[in-house]
Amino acid sequence: MKSETIKVNYLARVEGEGGLYVKVKDNAVTEVKLKIFEPPRFFEAFLKGRLFSEAPDLTSRICGICPIAYQMSAVHAMEDAFGVTVTGPLRALRRLIYCGEWLESHALHVFMLHAPDFLGYPDALRLAQDHPEMVKLGLKLKKVGNDLVTFLGGREIHPINVRVGGFYRVPAKKELAPLRERLAWARDAAQKVVRWVAGFSFPEFARDYEYVALTHPQEYPLNEGRLKSSKGLDIAVRDYDRHFVEEQVPYSHALHSTLKGRGPYLVGPLARYNLNFERLSPLSQEAALAAGLTSVCHNPFKSIIVRSVEMLQALDEALSLIDAYEMPDEAAVPVTPRAGSGFGCTEAPRGILYHRYQLDDRGVILEAKIVPPTAQNQKSMESDLYQYVGQNLDLPQDRLTWQCEQLIRNYDPCISCATHFLKLEVERE
Amino acid sequence: MARSGKPKLAVFKFASCGGCQLSLLDLEEELLTLAGELQIAYFVEASKAAVRGPYDLTLVDGSITTPHDAGMIKKVRRASKFLVALGACATAGGIQALRNFKDVKEFQAVVYPRPEVIDTLDKSTPIAAHVQVDFELQGCPINKGQLLAVISAFLQGQTPSVPHHSVCLECKLKGNICVLVARGLPCMGPVTHAGCGAICPTYQRGCYSCFGPKETPNTASLSERLRCLGVTEADLVRAFRTFYAGAEPFRRESEAHEK
Repeated sequence: MKSETIKVNYLARVEGEGGLYVKVKDNAVTEVKLKIFEPPRFFEAFLKGRLFSEAPDLTSRICGICPIAYQMSAVHAMEDAFGVTVTGPLRALRRLIYCGEWLESHALHVFMLHAPDFLGYPDALRLAQDHPEMVKLGLKLKKVGNDLVTFLGGREIHPINVRVGGFYRVPAKKELAPLRERLAWARDAAQKVVRWVAGFSFPEFARDYEYVALTHPQEYPLNEGRLKSSKGLDIAVRDYDRHFVEEQVPYSHALHSTLKGRGPYLVGPLARYNLNFERLSPLSQEAALAAGLTSVCHNPFKSIIVRSVEMLQALDEALSLIDAYEMPDEAAVPVTPRAGSGFGCTEAPRGILYHRYQLDDRGVILEAKIVPPTAQNQKSMESDLYQYVGQNLDLPQDRLTWQCEQLIRNYDPCISCATHFLKLEVERE
Repeated sequence: MARSGKPKLAVFKFASCGGCQLSLLDLEEELLTLAGELQIAYFVEASKAAVRGPYDLTLVDGSITTPHDAGMIKKVRRASKFLVALGACATAGGIQALRNFKDVKEFQAVVYPRPEVIDTLDKSTPIAAHVQVDFELQGCPINKGQLLAVISAFLQGQTPSVPHHSVCLECKLKGNICVLVARGLPCMGPVTHAGCGAICPTYQRGCYSCFGPKETPNTASLSERLRCLGVTEADLVRAFRTFYAGAEPFRRESEAHEK
């Protein structure tokens, strides 16, 4: 390919509306754009004037796939502002419902959105015609994840039971028994999935990413921890804004994030895995190693293996949480609003999700800032395209175009989340 | 492939969280059966393969918020025989219709460092404000069981139908004790469209009306009752101004409590 343009106007099998554009001139990549044309919805603007207690329900509407992530980042930020810490069984239930969301979201991506790329199908329904057993298994795993979220949250999309301070209703221990049985089945199934995806063939590709994820001394990260990177960042969540910056680019409705003075970084399963391998359960570590991974993985195409390992991790964790669970006396700890700022960052299935709120003494939101994982990964996605296309100019155009789409799907991007905003028709050179 | 006899299904997304179209993929147990009955002809979130219209059944997720989408929905309508609007965004403008009460320029400036290069409409509007809609399914998000019922009715040549009563009736059918009467919790159940299965009262919280207004809701009467519980005028504005802020009865009621 001497001079060529790779264009995908509307990326399939990702959440939301986006496209990609790569320009090649004289055998060199000259321009790469991940275009996000998902229309703006102005969440940060209409949150002003709302009550702190509404933030979990309102922000969950940013994303139909990962509403729990929004609810968790929101409640942690509010509790941070009010000086409240949720511990014991309530904290455990939060981890448990988050495990359900990871399972549901990862199963959706692995089976319905990502696997068809590796096996050469346009979608999972056509994949199911030739591989019915694996697709059925995937749908069943996804259902177990959704059932866990529904059990604790009331429904799978935009659950209603999460509140600042805890929950509205908490289950008795015995209510968890039927779920436990199904989670145990799912844990076995997830091991099979790790072996299945490990057998796919992966393009040779690696970049020198700076990985950013939460880290916790005892746990694989979900709800809390320090923000660390593979290149030395180590900060408390409340210092996020001092180290990360968002900027507007003319061709995308989503703001791009970078690390100040250092540039693009990567969040999500690869980052979590590379920074927290030691915190995976023994079963998950064993499955990862048996799948041919080491304690680090730099090939974004292999994120499908890491995502499968994380499904196993979520199930292993969920089972431990259920076994240790004792019903708390109260469904929530009391919270008293006070003026100030609150910061929250949790690990959405796609990576860190940061919320910051400024509140008055009645708990009315004065200012909100939300940085979703996909916005943070945009620059990495573009850098992947830049390097990959440059290294593979000899591939036939249709194959290269498909692989470019696949490069984006490696991130499981959620474009509805990433879009803070606006249709920018005018390009300013 | 012998697909020609099957009705063609299309799914289009406008401004939304994508949750309502995701409900189709959340039909884990029925999805493969559905794929046997319908040709999934256009569904970008699920497939790279796209088949041209006309489509026999079109599901639309999201509201209209940009000039581009206002043009696009007209094309979608022309390519569709039976068009169903899914969820709060498509049937009432969604949570993003909160912009309808403000100056959108101000909103842009909050989110964007360079708001001047923005192309967005002043209001977020439902699909029916732009084209004829054959059926509306309410909810934020929709109930996937109701979605399945709508698709099944379509496949059997029947007109879809869902109950139009209030959440209160669902609560009674479940045997819940009324959270408003017994516990004094503010609850929007009396004016809210059924369909969720009264999950909030079942989980010990008041309904927050994510399914929007039921037919002929008596919003003024509920406001009066809530006031007796100590709910302030500002709280009433917020209560009617959430996911169905753009629905006429809720818009009117919220404005009645604004100073």
